[in-house]
Amino acid sequence: MIKIGVLGFQGRVYEHIYMLKILAKKYKIPVEAVIVKKKDRLEGLNGIIIPGGESTTISVLARKFGVLDELKKLIEDGLPVMGTCAGTIFLAKKVSDRVVGEVKQETLSSMNIEVVRNYFGRQRESFEIDLDIQNIGRKFRAIFIRSPAITRYWGRTRVLAKLNGVIVAAEEDNKLAFVFHPELTNDLRVHKYFIESFVAR
Amino acid sequence: MLPDPFPELSKARLYNVGFYEIAEFFYKLAEVADRLKEESGFLAYSPSSLPDRLEVPIRGTVRVKHGFPIFQKGGVCMDVTNPEQAAIAEDAGAVSVMVLDKLPYDVRKHGGVARMADVKVIENVMETITIPVMAKVRIGHYYEALILEEIGVDMIDESEVLTPVDEKHHINKWLFKVPFVNGARSLGEALRRITEGASMIRTKGEAGTGNVAEAVKHMKIIMGEITLLRRMSPEERMRKAREYGVSYELVDLTAKLGRLPVVNFAAGGIATPADAALMMWLGADGVFVGSGIFKSKDPRERAEAIVVATSMWDDPEAVLEAQSMISEAKSMMGIDISKLKPEELLQVRGE
Repeated sequence: MIKIGVLGFQGRVYEHIYMLKILAKKYKIPVEAVIVKKKDRLEGLNGIIIPGGESTTISVLARKFGVLDELKKLIEDGLPVMGTCAGTIFLAKKVSDRVVGEVKQETLSSMNIEVVRNYFGRQRESFEIDLDIQNIGRKFRAIFIRSPAITRYWGRTRVLAKLNGVIVAAEEDNKLAFVFHPELTNDLRVHKYFIESFVAR
Repeated sequence: MLPDPFPELSKARLYNVGFYEIAEFFYKLAEVADRLKEESGFLAYSPSSLPDRLEVPIRGTVRVKHGFPIFQKGGVCMDVTNPEQAAIAEDAGAVSVMVLDKLPYDVRKHGGVARMADVKVIENVMETITIPVMAKVRIGHYYEALILEEIGVDMIDESEVLTPVDEKHHINKWLFKVPFVNGARSLGEALRRITEGASMIRTKGEAGTGNVAEAVKHMKIIMGEITLLRRMSPEERMRKAREYGVSYELVDLTAKLGRLPVVNFAAGGIATPADAALMMWLGADGVFVGSGIFKSKDPRERAEAIVVATSMWDDPEAVLEAQSMISEAKSMMGIDISKLKPEELLQVRGE
């Protein structure tokens, strides 16, 4: 059984669990999802998903319940991790905000990327578009909701997708990051790629 | 841990249909409306459909509007009246703030006509914090909504806390690119608002009282009605649809999901971490806190405590920890709802 944790403090938690459930059913992959809100739930995981949500909220709660440091260590030791939207902010080594600039929020600081929050604007500017994503495929319906963007990357990070020259998906060793929301589509390719190429590798 | 209060809806938090399919449902309704429009000039009360392939970014679609509240789930939206309060809310871990001219408690005390907040105050808050900013408009006030859309607030609350300008109609929310949240006291009310284009529902409760009793009542009514709906035959659901004044398909979808097809928050009178956890247990996806925080004497601690209790409601140890962060002596005094005159109730505005 492949055990995937979904960091469950806040946000699109049940949507990721739904995607994993459908993935398991459709491709007969033995995946089980667990909601992680306390550090003891991190034990025995084969991978973890950090969902979209409000990254400041997730930071406050992950710190308070001791999940932040423990998770950081596990990711350093090679635990496969996928971040979507706020999850990508949470993985980044450097974060700023489009309007406010410097932000003091705490992140996992695991991935060699710099992320700008609310890069594409506010909710009014949120959009959907079909993207081609390397290793995953063509015409993936990407839903951007107050999404961040990856503005810089270094080290072993590789770019997976760009939108008008802006990086919107990237990977580095055991880490996979999307600034949009694959859990809001009915397209399982992103979750399948994470399980097959990162977790069950 | 307490047992599930609505066991027949036990999967209510976990959708048994994906978000994408739910959004597709609204587009299907649109196709029907479009055909009707071509034939008879019928005013579309549903979203316009999308082309098969999106080559350029498309804004304000159903998926984008209904997707926004999903990222608020498990979180707390806090009422604020200035940038300083907004900063406290952000630091405490709020998922968004709601900008008002006066907190609901003061709206009650002050009397007179309650309108949307100052444009300058809203803009100041938007420049100060990184989390989403919502603001309220009066029921039926298209132009307050238009102004808020122009400013760029992230969500509009068409709220009974402000003085309604249209006794009979709500805003047709499909006309806007910004998502809307509406209050409801019953399933029929919730589904009517969804039909008008609301992307999110909250219980009305009785705002500004510091008394969560009405929010509990409204949440239980909605959950109870969904439980009943699940047991009904198609003919009975048809009758319910007529009674509610919404389409049979929407009633049927709600029954099959075992929950509202949009995000459902609790609001109205939440004042303590325990109140927030109670509402989550009753099936809320998250909470709005109005006067409860900034009418208390310990707003900083209380804001964080309510954030903790909302996220960790299913962990009694964590809820205790949250409740210990505040002092009951510092809670807002509150208002006894039974002492309010019928015309002082806010929840009866806009059926």
